[in-house]
Amino acid sequence: MSHHYQALDDRKILTPFFLLMVAIAAFGTIFLIMRFVAGMGAVSNLSGGYPWGIWVVYDIIVGTAFACGGYALAITVYLFNKGKYHPLVRPALLTSLLGYGFAAFGAFVDMGRYWNAYNMFLPWQMNTNAVMLEVGLCVAAYVLVLAIEFSPAVLDWLRKQTGWQIKAEAWRAKLDKVLFFFIALGILLPTMHQSSLGSFMIAMGYKIHPLWQTMELTPLLAVLSAFTMGFAIVIFEGSMVTNGFKRHPETHLFSGLGKIIRGLIAAFLIIRFAYLIFAGKLGAMFAFDLGSLMFWIETALFVYPLVVMSSEEKRGNGKHLLYAAVSLLLAGALYRFDAYLITYNPGPGYSYFPAFPEMIMTVATIATEIAVFLFVVKKFPVLPREVHAAA
Amino acid sequence: MDRRKFFRTSLGATVASAAALAAPAARARPNLEPAPEAVGMLYDATLCVGCKACVAKCKEVNGMPPVPMGQDTYADFALDLSEHTLNVIKIFSEGKGATKDALTDGFAFEKRSCMHCVDPGCVSVCPVKALTRHPRTGIVSYDKDACIGCRTCMTGCPYNVPQYDYNNAFGEIHKCEMCNQKGVERIDKGLMTGCAEACPTGATLFGSRTALLEEAKRRQALRPGEVYAYPMGDVRKPDSYHEKAAPQYQPKVWGEKEAGGTNVLHLSAISYDKLGMPPLGERSFASISEGVQNTLYSYLALPAIALGGLTWLVKRNTAGEQEGESK
Repeated sequence: MSHHYQALDDRKILTPFFLLMVAIAAFGTIFLIMRFVAGMGAVSNLSGGYPWGIWVVYDIIVGTAFACGGYALAITVYLFNKGKYHPLVRPALLTSLLGYGFAAFGAFVDMGRYWNAYNMFLPWQMNTNAVMLEVGLCVAAYVLVLAIEFSPAVLDWLRKQTGWQIKAEAWRAKLDKVLFFFIALGILLPTMHQSSLGSFMIAMGYKIHPLWQTMELTPLLAVLSAFTMGFAIVIFEGSMVTNGFKRHPETHLFSGLGKIIRGLIAAFLIIRFAYLIFAGKLGAMFAFDLGSLMFWIETALFVYPLVVMSSEEKRGNGKHLLYAAVSLLLAGALYRFDAYLITYNPGPGYSYFPAFPEMIMTVATIATEIAVFLFVVKKFPVLPREVHAAA
Repeated sequence: MDRRKFFRTSLGATVASAAALAAPAARARPNLEPAPEAVGMLYDATLCVGCKACVAKCKEVNGMPPVPMGQDTYADFALDLSEHTLNVIKIFSEGKGATKDALTDGFAFEKRSCMHCVDPGCVSVCPVKALTRHPRTGIVSYDKDACIGCRTCMTGCPYNVPQYDYNNAFGEIHKCEMCNQKGVERIDKGLMTGCAEACPTGATLFGSRTALLEEAKRRQALRPGEVYAYPMGDVRKPDSYHEKAAPQYQPKVWGEKEAGGTNVLHLSAISYDKLGMPPLGERSFASISEGVQNTLYSYLALPAIALGGLTWLVKRNTAGEQEGESK
């Protein structure tokens, strides 16, 4: 309900930071046009051995995991019935919508034959064996579901516009009757495609380093880590909003999320290590090459938040919570980068490092997301209403 | 928040994930079997003299003009597969590179083109059936009108065969279609592949997979030094023979079993990894991947059950509230 949320409409939209984000976005647009005029080769270092660069691995595979805040909170609030986290839901849904929306946009930019994209939706063209089909359809559906889940914020805004009050309230009443179904879908769909984003590794076979190639367990590890990243991003954004807008901290809420995160990280680490040991990959762990180095950096980044979240005292401290969340986001991101790019090995003769325009386009996407986020929270009731007494 | 309810839900989630874990093993499919009348090629690296007649013929048959190296060199020295090259001869060289088919101070040729896998990874991962395995001939073909350009086929090919044309705003995937694509159809017309026809030594031999595998095994059974009449052209009706002393072949025919096998088989005197062949076991990655996908998504049964349960839980937890606000 709207009394939980407020638009920060007393704040200026055109801040220097906002304009910087817009400038970066505009710079990226130049290369975006080049990509469509001259082809991907003009702006990227993609090759026969590395067909997927940072546009796929960051914009889609890491980006949608960063966008799992809405997913993680939906499970906590609606499945485990922890209503006290409700105030965090709208900002999390907004970042999820932005993250997934831009991932879909990124997929389109990276699609070599985008004008044929509709073929994914034709039943007779669908290959149900393909992980990419599941990802494509499921992400497309989830963007729509997120838009519906976020629409109460837009309707709350609309209600305050002259002449729209009655219509907005009628729509809102209708929406509230069916929203539970979309919330359920919003839990199911990310479980499906976040696991699939790991399943890609299976068919890549030997190109995936042994420490990341976990075959049938890959989808489970992917969805578990996406889940931890979802919670971490909620804490991260909460801290950013608290500091950036000088608002009251929500540490008491985050501290509880910490307990959930602890369990998830533990599960991820136990399953991963158990698999690697049973599969006889201890040697690869201690090979002291790039792969084993990245593996241990990743593991350290997972263990640090586990330690923080296990301590009652540190969990209640905003600074420690933020550090733990950042560590966890890096861990999950690195897990994906390591598997799909850094240790990815298609065989001799191929190497990949993103081209400058390729990186700028990814940075521009992030800048656009930040700019839209800032605009929306100042225009629409998204952020939790300031609570001065203990909630 | 009711503690008992929390535990019940957690228990349910644990059981569900354990089931999801156990299920793939049960549902995994075996490797696909070769197509009933699979056609293929046998490339014997020990016969290859590196003349690249096959590379030139391939470009001619497939309508791909040569790409000159520069103003001074009006010749196409394709170094690897690309959007301009569906078939290429590569060289392995070590030390002085003096002795053919030897490891120390030796060299060897290797032909790279689509292997036409029996259980093709590219076909398995393509979301829109742009890559297909012909049910009778086993030829792996490409349909550019279906292709969305996601390039998952390139990640799923153990041999890095499919090549996307990045320098074209409307690029497509390029790969060998065994000279049988629309407009070429050499196999349907009873001809052989361009590269096999052009090969002057019989290093590239055309034929049915079965006959080629028999030929490969015959060669492996030869005593090193024994003179053998190597057939040229189509193994089932050779144009002529090329007499040569047999080398000491590697004990395995590449493509008999690797990742489910291939219709294009390779023979060599030095180990295949030196020739750039990937580290593959017998199980195809496609079969494992499809096992997982079909366990989770067969008839969308599991997602439907999960959605039913989730809808019920969310509805109960949000009963009587606005915006799915829980109690």
